[in-house]
This record gives sequence, C-alpha cells and structure tokens, in this order.
Amino acid sequence: MKRALLFLGGILLTAAVIAWWAVTSQSSWSEAEKATLRGLWIGSLPALPPDPSNAFADNPQAAAFGHKLFFDSRFSSNGEISCASCHQPELMFTDGLPLAEGIGTTTRKTMTIIGMAYSPWQFWDGRKDSQWAQVLGPLENAVEHGGTRTQYARLIDEFYRDEYESIFGVLPDFSDFERFPASAAPVDDPAARAAWEAMTQDDRAAVTQVYVNMGKAVAAYERLIVPAPSRFDQYVEALLNEDKKSMRTALNADEVAGLRLFIDRAQCINCHNGPLFTNNDFHNTGVPTAQGLEPDNGRASGVLQVIKDEFNCLSQWSDAGEADCVELRFITSEGEQLEGAFKPSTLLNIVEMAPYMHAGQYVTLEEVLLHYNHPPIAPVGHTELEPLGLTEKERSQVVAFLRTLSGGVTASAELLQAPK
Amino acid sequence: MKKQQLTIIITSVITTIIVIVGFILLMPIIGPRYMHPMMMGEQSVPNSLDTSTSRLSDDGLYQVSWSSDSDVPPLNKIHSWTLRLETADGKPVEGAEILVDGGMPQHGHGLPTSPEVTEDLGGGDYRVEGMKFQMPGYWEVRFNINANGQSDSITFNLILE
Repeated sequence: MKRALLFLGGILLTAAVIAWWAVTSQSSWSEAEKATLRGLWIGSLPALPPDPSNAFADNPQAAAFGHKLFFDSRFSSNGEISCASCHQPELMFTDGLPLAEGIGTTTRKTMTIIGMAYSPWQFWDGRKDSQWAQVLGPLENAVEHGGTRTQYARLIDEFYRDEYESIFGVLPDFSDFERFPASAAPVDDPAARAAWEAMTQDDRAAVTQVYVNMGKAVAAYERLIVPAPSRFDQYVEALLNEDKKSMRTALNADEVAGLRLFIDRAQCINCHNGPLFTNNDFHNTGVPTAQGLEPDNGRASGVLQVIKDEFNCLSQWSDAGEADCVELRFITSEGEQLEGAFKPSTLLNIVEMAPYMHAGQYVTLEEVLLHYNHPPIAPVGHTELEPLGLTEKERSQVVAFLRTLSGGVTASAELLQAPK
Repeated sequence: MKKQQLTIIITSVITTIIVIVGFILLMPIIGPRYMHPMMMGEQSVPNSLDTSTSRLSDDGLYQVSWSSDSDVPPLNKIHSWTLRLETADGKPVEGAEILVDGGMPQHGHGLPTSPEVTEDLGGGDYRVEGMKFQMPGYWEVRFNINANGQSDSITFNLILE
C-alpha cells in the first residue's frame, strides 16, 4: 500500500513538473525568439531614410505646402477628390472600401501611407519607386483625381503662387491657353493627350516641372506620417527590460500565444517582418480574383511600369544620382515569382484598415486567417503558401495578436486634418 | 495476498487514468508541436549545412570568399558584397566574369533583386551590388565564375535571422 502511494505521488509530481514546464515554456522566450521580437519592435525602426530623388523631402516648408495639397479637392476633374478622399487620417489613411473610389472605381484597395517612406516601392505592385512619383499617379488617373497637369499648374498659379515660388523658385506664366491648354497631359484620354502632344517640348517640361514639385511637396508631408508604438511594442520593451509585470499588462495570454504562432507555425513573419511588419517586397499568396475584376498579375506588370516610368529614380525629374538608384538598377524584372505577386501590407493598425488584400477580398481578419490556413490555388502564377493546420482557437489567437498592433501615428493632430 | 493484488491493480488503473487525463488536459497547452514535429509541415534547415563564407568552388578551381558591407547581411536592405577570388593555391584571380544568382531552396523562389558584379577592384576582389534578402531563413547565393577560359561555380549558404 505504501509503495503504491509512493508510486502515485511520483506520477503526480511528474505530471506537475510537465504542467509547470508547459506553462512556463508558453510565457518565456528563447534568446533567438527574443532577437526575432526585437526585430519586429518599433524601437528597431531606423531613422527616416533619406530620399535622394526628392531634394525637398525634408524641407518643412515643402511639407506644409504638401499638407495643403493633400487635402485640397480642387486638384481633380470634378473639384471633389483630394488625396485625403481615399487616404483618410481617421481610417489610418485608408478608406474602408474594398476598391478605391475617386472619379470612378479603381481595381485595387487604397493602401495606407503610414511608414511608406521606408518602402523602396509604392503601390501593391510597386509600379512607383518613390513617394513623390506615387503621388503623381492618382492625380492623372481617370478614375482617381481624373485631372491633368496643365490644369494643376494653373491651380498652383491661381491659389499657391507665392508659397510655390518661396520653395521652388519662379513659377512660369501659364496664362496663354494657346501654349498651355486647359486640359493636357500624357494620359489615356484622347483629347487631353492630343493637346499635350501639340505643345512644344519646352512648354511640356515647364508644366511637368510644376507637377513634379507638387509630388515632392506632398511626399515631404507624407514622410511625416510614421507609426507610433502599440501594445505589442510595450510588450517587447518590457521583455527586453525583463519586466514581467509590464509584459502581463501589455498583452494577455491569448495575444502572447498569437504572437508565438505569428513568428513560428503560422509563418506570418516570412513576409511580415521588420518593425513595419512588411518586407515591402512582392509575394504571391494566391488571393482569389475579386468578383467582377480581371485576374491581376501584380508585380509582373508593376515591374515593367516602374522601369519605364517617366518619374522613376533614374529619370530627369529625379534629384538622385545613379548610385542612389540601386533598387531600380538591380530590379528583378522577369521570372515566375513576379506573377500575381503583391506587396505585403503593413500589419500596424491593421484592425482599422479593413477590408483586406489587394482588392479588399476579405472583410475580416478571421477570413484572412482562413485563407492562410487553407491556401487556395492561385488565380495567377503559383502561391507561396502551404497549409498551416491552425485550429480555430489558434487562428483566433493570431487575430487577437494582430489587434495589439494598433498604435496609430506619431504625427500631431494638426497634420491629421485639413490645414486651417 | 488477494487483497494486496487488488490494491495494486486499482492503483495502477487510477495512475493510468490520471496520466491519460492529465495528458489530454495538457494537450491544448503543449500543442501538437511537441507531439508530432513531423506534423508541422515546416522544412528544417539541413543539419550539416555549410555556412562558411570561404569555400573551394565546385570543381576545385577557385577559393572564393565573400563579405557583406555590413557585419552580417541585413534583412530588407539592399547592400553590397565583396567577393574575393583566388586560385586553389591562393593566387588572386583578376579580370574574371562573374554572374550572381540565388534564392531560398525551401520556398522555391529566387533573390528579390538581380545583383551584379559591377567592379573589378583588383587583387582578386570584386564588388557585388544589389544584394538583398527579404525573408528570414535559409538562402543560397551562387556565383558562376569565368576566368582565363575556365569556368566554375560556387554556392554559398546563409541563414538569415
């Protein structure tokens, strides 16, 4: 009897030890894992990288001017669309829609501008290689702002002449409608294009210079929109300080379990890495084609567009020297890996940025997790995903973790609304 | 005697039940990863992976070594490498034509950029521009070397944290 009791006690002790080990291994991190978490921490975000292609990138006056342009809806064909129409500060510079809506409806979801100064490529397909070049896309896109650069040059003349000249120097005289038609630009619209082609090369360059400077001013403003620390960042900071109490305050057990899955079995960190939770590269995750849209080959066309873009890093409008344009010079321009590949979205503030994926295919993060758990066959190219085998509870833990990544932005309230 | 046997049987049954119940209760905490590592679907890095930065080329023609312009190759940042090329007996090889290639063997994709050797620095050193790694894990970087009418290749392995 005594022996049996001793045996039973031993078993119970073993069970207790296993339980203790299982529980502590859940809440403690190995050195390698700590290094991984440090890499995701906002404290690892380097200082804002310079933009050698934009000589006005860090000019406060240009940023103040860009702030005004960003919220000014006169810069559109109907006077109703500004950058802020889709990049709404209260929705983390997105719009809550599956597809962006300007003059018409686009074929992609609005991306946030938070932290985009860190990305070598802009848009889902990276068809622009700087923030200022990105700005100039929607302004002349028929379904976004829908305007033309001669129209915009005139608006600058009419409303911002002094401010423009104090930053960029003399603004040419655009009053001659013979030389500078009301609506002319190298766009798809045949009338505007014909008017553009009828202009002299010098006049076209004079207009384009103003257009480029608008982009550089808006980019100077957008650079100031960077992410602020989230609860996750508080957790990592506490972890690095070995402050267990603050760790528990920052994240609960489910959120920590979600974080563990995020960097391990769910393999999210393969692409959503670094303090912005994106590698700003391009990956095919086989997201289904949105209803009513054509299959989208993503980076495969984006790469061709950026190489021949009139505003790229190597263009005459860029202030960068050839040595500064390494991303463009060593771009991978062909290969199967570009087919159907899109830029991974930053996951900072992701809860506020629904719906998800490049055409807003998924309404909730739970749907996104289901996609990654059982990746479908890619509509274009080949998916990089493999089934994850996460349980429902584990998926909800990953979502719980993603909800801890909302820290908003560091910019002052004045920068997050139309200037007074 | 019979009573003692009965006690032992009952004790073992109870013990077995406790172990099984405890195991089941612990399952959600422990998770499948400690039970069946094979279920994970994650391919681990080959154990014997040679990650040295200086190696003899495939056909033994050259001793090749690389260094990154930062201490270790950074994640998500375009950077340069210096490649050093010597004959197997340690003489620098100049004027070589070198092509760069690579990727993640376990993910089936290539490098995110298309790096090139942009400068023969002399003394067997070559500047490789446009290197970039955008995912943590196991990477291969291959160099195809053509010098003095002879060609050889070398594959370096890297583990990016």
